Amino acid sequence: MLAGLEDWGKFMSKAMSRHQDAQTIPVSFTLNGRLQEIDVEPHELLLDVVRERLGLTGVKRSCDVEVCGACTLLVDGRPVSACTTLAFEVRGRSVLTIEGLATNGKLHPLQDAFIEYGGFQCGFCTPGMILAAKALLDENPNPTEEELKHFMHGNICRCTGYKKIIESIMAAAKKMRGAS
Amino acid sequence: MLRRFRLEEPESVREVSELLGRFGESAKVYAGGTELLLAMKEGLVQYERLINIKRVSGLDEVKLENGAIKIGALCTHHQLELSPVLRQNLPALVKLEENVANVRVRQVGTLGGNLCFAEPHADPGTFLMAVGATLIAEKSASKREIAAERFFVDAYETCLEADEVLTGIKVPVPAPRSGVAYLKFGYLERPSVGVAVALTLNGGGKSVGDIKIAVGCAGPAPKRVEEAEALLKGKSTDEATQNLPKAGSVAGAAAQAISDLHGSQEYKEHIVGVLLKRAFQSALSQC
Repeated sequence: MLAGLEDWGKFMSKAMSRHQDAQTIPVSFTLNGRLQEIDVEPHELLLDVVRERLGLTGVKRSCDVEVCGACTLLVDGRPVSACTTLAFEVRGRSVLTIEGLATNGKLHPLQDAFIEYGGFQCGFCTPGMILAAKALLDENPNPTEEELKHFMHGNICRCTGYKKIIESIMAAAKKMRGAS
Repeated sequence: MLRRFRLEEPESVREVSELLGRFGESAKVYAGGTELLLAMKEGLVQYERLINIKRVSGLDEVKLENGAIKIGALCTHHQLELSPVLRQNLPALVKLEENVANVRVRQVGTLGGNLCFAEPHADPGTFLMAVGATLIAEKSASKREIAAERFFVDAYETCLEADEVLTGIKVPVPAPRSGVAYLKFGYLERPSVGVAVALTLNGGGKSVGDIKIAVGCAGPAPKRVEEAEALLKGKSTDEATQNLPKAGSVAGAAAQAISDLHGSQEYKEHIVGVLLKRAFQSALSQC
């Protein structure tokens, strides 16, 4: 029993020392408009840091190979797959998650439109859909349906069949053009 | 999940090359990471160190230099979609880039990374062979240019030496009366057949002067198919058009197509022929 504990002690001390040797990178970035400072190891993924360490669980892990779009975040306004982005890459940059989209408790027009037009069922793909759509509308406020489909084809929904999603985004685009 | 690795962040090509020389196969150059990180997450490859090459300046520009378009290896697919130099001089590459994977991959994935990873189901290698591109590889104290058609050795394997760094891609500005087309076929984002044709007309636009044909995605590595070119080169456009079925079957056989979930070898060979015909017609229509 005692010998076993000794082994355990050695194992733990080795494990701890390896951790202490780990390289850490200070990352200072803007998260949903607020300055965030955090130390990360090189291998840490943005998805894990945002979900597990910073507690923002709107971003989802799904395919884990950059195909489905459920882990979409906006970095400096452009969509990336957080599942395959190393966390240190956001040094000095601005990250937007779905939690940061509403302002002063008021939903973004895209969020309103997804509710109004039934742009989701289970909701798992929705944060990624809405963020990708925001990136599109920020660069092209008046997309054709063809342009919309081309931009969004990397965001996969397994419930709705896309018709309602396209309707929601087109409606939001129209509303946003009217507002600006 | 990713295993732990150390990160190196050199700021010059010389330092990148020195790190590669020092750490050998335990280190890998990392740019966009869209392919490398997937392979590492799956545990298919493991590295003790990644060398982040993105802090090396000057490798992310597209410019005209001595009659050639020079593309920095760190240009992302998205940058290339937007590049005014490419839009004006090589719109076929813009079109190719607009259709690489999806918007998130294009945002961070780089052209240099795409070429160095040498994933068989990729578009740029095939295209660059047809337009006669050369790839610039540098070491600490030397530099060489490699013809695109000699760059790929096998699936996931290039002719780069262990401490060589791909820094740029040079494409000759297409001549007047020339056309370039790249067409691909595949399921969702993954191309299973890609065909590129670049041709120039002469004889007052009546015959095919120079022509280069390359096929990719179907086999282990993209390939230029000179035997297919020979059936079209120097021929009148009508005669060349008549020879397209023959050129297509020659190119299909040369593609070294494999049977997989995307289709049988025979099916892919057939698709090569179909795409070659369409790419030839598209390139011709641009002249």
